[in-house]
Amino acid sequence: MAVATHCPYCALQCGMHLRVAGEHVSIERRDFPTNRGGLCQKGWTAAELLDSPERLRTPLARDRRDAPLRAVGWDEALERVVTGIRDAQRSGRDRVAVFGGGGLTNEKAYLLGKFARVALRTPNIDYNGRFCMSSAAAAGNRAFGVDRGLPFPLSDIPAADAILLVGSNAAETMPPFMQWIAAQRQRGGSLIVVDPRRTPTARNATLHLQVTPGTDLALVNALLHIAITTGRVDADYVAARTTGFADVRRAIAAYWPERVEAITGVTVAEQRAAVELLARASTAMVLTARGAEQHAKGTDTVSALINLALALGLPGRPGSGYGCLTGQGNGQGGREHGQKADQLPGYRRIDDPAARAHVAHVWGIDPDELPAAGRSAYELLSSLGTDDGPRALLVVGSNVAVSAPNARRVRDRLAALDFLAVSDIVLSETAALADVVLPTTQWAEERGTMTNLEGRVLLRSQAVTPPPGVRSDLEVISELARRLDAPSAWPTDPEAVFDELRVASAGGIADYSGITYQRIAAEDGVFWPCPSSDHPGTPRLFADAFATPDGRAWFVAVEHRPAAEDLDATYPVYLTTGRAVAQYQSGAQTRRVAALREAAAEAFVEIHPDLADRLDVIDGDQVRVVSRRGEAVALVRITDTIRADTVFMPFHWGDAGCANLVTHDALDPTSRMPEFKVCAVRVEAVA
Amino acid sequence: MRVVIVGNGMAGARLAQELRARDADLPITVIGAESGGTYNRVLLSHVLAGTACTEDIALTSLDWYARHGITLHAGMRAVAVDRDASSVRTDDGRDVAYDVLVLATGSTAVVPDIAGLRDVDGVLRAGVTVFRTLDDCATILDHARTARRVAVVGGGLLGLEAARGLAARGLPVTLLHVRAHLMERQLDAGAGRVLRRTLLALGVDVITNARTAAVHEGRLRLDDGRQVDADLVVIACGVRPDLELARDAGLAVEHGIVVDDRLRSVSDERIYAIGECAQHDGQVYGLVAPAWEQARVLADVLTGRTATYGGTRTVTRLKAAGVELAAMGETHLGESDETELVTFVDASRGTYQKLVLREGRIVGAILLGDTRSAGTVTQLFDRGSAAPHDRATLLLASARSAEAETPTRIPDRASVCQCNGVTKAAIRQAWQSGARTVADVAATTHATTGCGTCREAVCGLLDWLAAADPEPALEAS
Repeated sequence: MAVATHCPYCALQCGMHLRVAGEHVSIERRDFPTNRGGLCQKGWTAAELLDSPERLRTPLARDRRDAPLRAVGWDEALERVVTGIRDAQRSGRDRVAVFGGGGLTNEKAYLLGKFARVALRTPNIDYNGRFCMSSAAAAGNRAFGVDRGLPFPLSDIPAADAILLVGSNAAETMPPFMQWIAAQRQRGGSLIVVDPRRTPTARNATLHLQVTPGTDLALVNALLHIAITTGRVDADYVAARTTGFADVRRAIAAYWPERVEAITGVTVAEQRAAVELLARASTAMVLTARGAEQHAKGTDTVSALINLALALGLPGRPGSGYGCLTGQGNGQGGREHGQKADQLPGYRRIDDPAARAHVAHVWGIDPDELPAAGRSAYELLSSLGTDDGPRALLVVGSNVAVSAPNARRVRDRLAALDFLAVSDIVLSETAALADVVLPTTQWAEERGTMTNLEGRVLLRSQAVTPPPGVRSDLEVISELARRLDAPSAWPTDPEAVFDELRVASAGGIADYSGITYQRIAAEDGVFWPCPSSDHPGTPRLFADAFATPDGRAWFVAVEHRPAAEDLDATYPVYLTTGRAVAQYQSGAQTRRVAALREAAAEAFVEIHPDLADRLDVIDGDQVRVVSRRGEAVALVRITDTIRADTVFMPFHWGDAGCANLVTHDALDPTSRMPEFKVCAVRVEAVA
Repeated sequence: MRVVIVGNGMAGARLAQELRARDADLPITVIGAESGGTYNRVLLSHVLAGTACTEDIALTSLDWYARHGITLHAGMRAVAVDRDASSVRTDDGRDVAYDVLVLATGSTAVVPDIAGLRDVDGVLRAGVTVFRTLDDCATILDHARTARRVAVVGGGLLGLEAARGLAARGLPVTLLHVRAHLMERQLDAGAGRVLRRTLLALGVDVITNARTAAVHEGRLRLDDGRQVDADLVVIACGVRPDLELARDAGLAVEHGIVVDDRLRSVSDERIYAIGECAQHDGQVYGLVAPAWEQARVLADVLTGRTATYGGTRTVTRLKAAGVELAAMGETHLGESDETELVTFVDASRGTYQKLVLREGRIVGAILLGDTRSAGTVTQLFDRGSAAPHDRATLLLASARSAEAETPTRIPDRASVCQCNGVTKAAIRQAWQSGARTVADVAATTHATTGCGTCREAVCGLLDWLAAADPEPALEAS
């Protein structure tokens, strides 16, 4: 029998069927509205991890820091975790921290957030989704009053006459998504890609703006400048549906195209051509991804793009608008239900008294018992083991030793903890550092909901029985809560947790109260907000009003500034990071799939022929990429698809090839997003 | 610490913004001669050409100062600095006390000594105007409505932009330039000649070596006897820094107010200067990029951050429809032992490109008629980075673009199906194992099963394989 479910990886959450025959699980096409049967290599090979020899099947613990991990029973493992927590709590509740993941289901994210606030009563919970779309979320909130990756279904994309895609290499990071772009192009639509690399996505674009890393904001302001001076602003829309254009217009007067050409390297003619394509189109979309967002000015960069979209009159119009292509599988849902330091379920703010009262009531506690907002992801990691920082950490479904910026510092901080527990399906680099490792169920072994990049709530179904020795995250969290004598209820059945989540989210921005497992299955997913069982869900936002107090979208004037670390004589080349098609995130899963390992075996660095010439390196050489923070070793891949002043490394490897040993930990002042996408390095041949 | 900024132009206003962005409480006072908010002077030629309106170039409104707690004395002139009393006297008799004084007095348009330009009171006659401020712009446009012919005196950047802008409004324009070729500070003679041809084609008549002797009743007379009809005369003969205030205050002044690497007057540690009135390392800049760079550095200095100004490598980028021009650095140099030239000229198409390199780095460049490399060349020049060994790639766009990729020409290791990492070799292998249709290939390799956009490429490869290898299996049987 084939079980209808979704891929375990990215935010597209492609529909797929799992066919189980005895021990063997095979993957088959499923005609789901988001991927219409399409799958990439990662999807096709996803089942391999189910019976991988590297799968954790028993809890592990070490007796001392320098002792090896050994297999232990669940009771011993959980008791060790409880002891670690209680020891740390002696110096204060906030000395225990939780770090979650964007791959966790809504149920897990919800229960983990509740666990931190109710069982641990610590403010210190955040998750790696902070590294994903937090800048777009912050900019979306301040412009539209709501943050949902795409405010429209994917199937609207072909209706756009022009698309401006900024910092997304979807052809490699979210391959089946490209069918929507292909359909849009087929219709005669144009595609403008902004990227320092001529990626497979950029290669087929109508126009590729090969921007200098860290200068997208200036470029976008120049596009708006051109739109204004050439009379392309939709004045009626701006007057009827927005606020704040006058201030933006004044700020934009400083971004004339010739000035911005020198900053970005994108010529005036290219800037004008881009605006022409966008302005001539009767429908147009502006889409961003990590390339625009993972900067110390990522929020402002997205605001600049939203300003452009608003000036052109796009958001809320059919076939038009601004959207963010969320990266992680449940990056969207993960931030809506309490995994983020400043939020409570339903996308409620933790500093809002009404929100606290509502959620505290659902949880059966006094609102005053709810902690305040805690530290953001990198600040949390960076504070571990410091004088006033957490002494014990529970990591669930995240490989921070590889995926966080300035990874050497993060590893030092993890080592400074009194106690580290990691829950995962394999022995990730982070799990390998833990005092206790808890093996959990994955994907096809459990049920749960995910919220994809469209804001569509999806149902993952169980297809196989988990191997003996593993427990679900829900079971682990509940059991820990019980052993910690926590108040409130701690269900372990995913559907029961979801029902509690529905109540907790009711009345919030991300209102799930009308969504049920049955409806999701019957309706190919349900779009939030869905406030009641007879509500159809909300595939399209903003048709009539924005979610701001005055119902209008807010322009925000934003200024370009240089990257946190610019080039100098010692570090004369930019490093930008990203993903390779055959790997996913920190690689903890995909590096353990044979076909993917074969396709992308080890770290590489893309170098332009001119730079290679100067460095005197050839294809296949080993080089060291060195920054002020650390170095990574990788194989040279010479390509003219990258700018001559920039090198590119994917960040999927944890060994010497770990790109995040090099990246910068400067944070965006609003979203607290680290500056993954640009830092200054030098490249040295390895003797 | 009370900061007083004299001058509310592009440098002064920018400094106020930069300071406020760094320190929300710092007491700031700005004294500006113009009564309105600030605007982007760089874009005045767009207003002249009709490609931007006044609102498009407004930078800071008057209420911005109030909203950000900055005291603005607009429409007020600073007439004296009393360094002993640490105060600035304004033309309405007010004394404004400072702890730190920043002079951003800018510059004034130069009016050459030409008979008939001014009336008896020394005021420019009707129909004669400089091109420096928004008011000037309005005056020119006002006259342009009724004018039949325009003369622009001065063939530098601004004169060219003005001439081009007015020509675009349908007016016959003569551009008079005193030197042998246009924009001689930025261009060599060859580029000047090509530029002249380009302008001619756009309706701008250019007269070089034109020394205007007199203006009289709608006619300009040159010293060699030539005459040019014009009932509107626009003077664009450069600017002169406004240094009176500094000079009267006894500060060291040469071509500008002499400042050190922290933009501090060498004469008074509490007085700074930025923008067109400042002289740093022997240089007085007339462009906005250095002024803003100086504002940024000074804002850091004044808010206790470590910052120094090391000069700006300026790039001149003409903003005139139909004329593509970027020029930077030492463009006049010829080939020598130390310098290397890369040139490409196609005068009939208006293209003149020249790179000047020293020790493998671009020290000067002219890109005229084709600025497709301007982004790259500007950045290489600005950063002083090594230029690529194959210099031609910097000039000839065609040398850059990769050959069109067809499925049959790509190498075996090239990815055909991006989603599933299927190479051309893998598809060939599938063919050899009997796959004959896209569905066959999909079944064995998963190619086409992601986004589906490689379907055509796979079909192409199958056709090519069929043509190259017609059913070997069948023949063998």
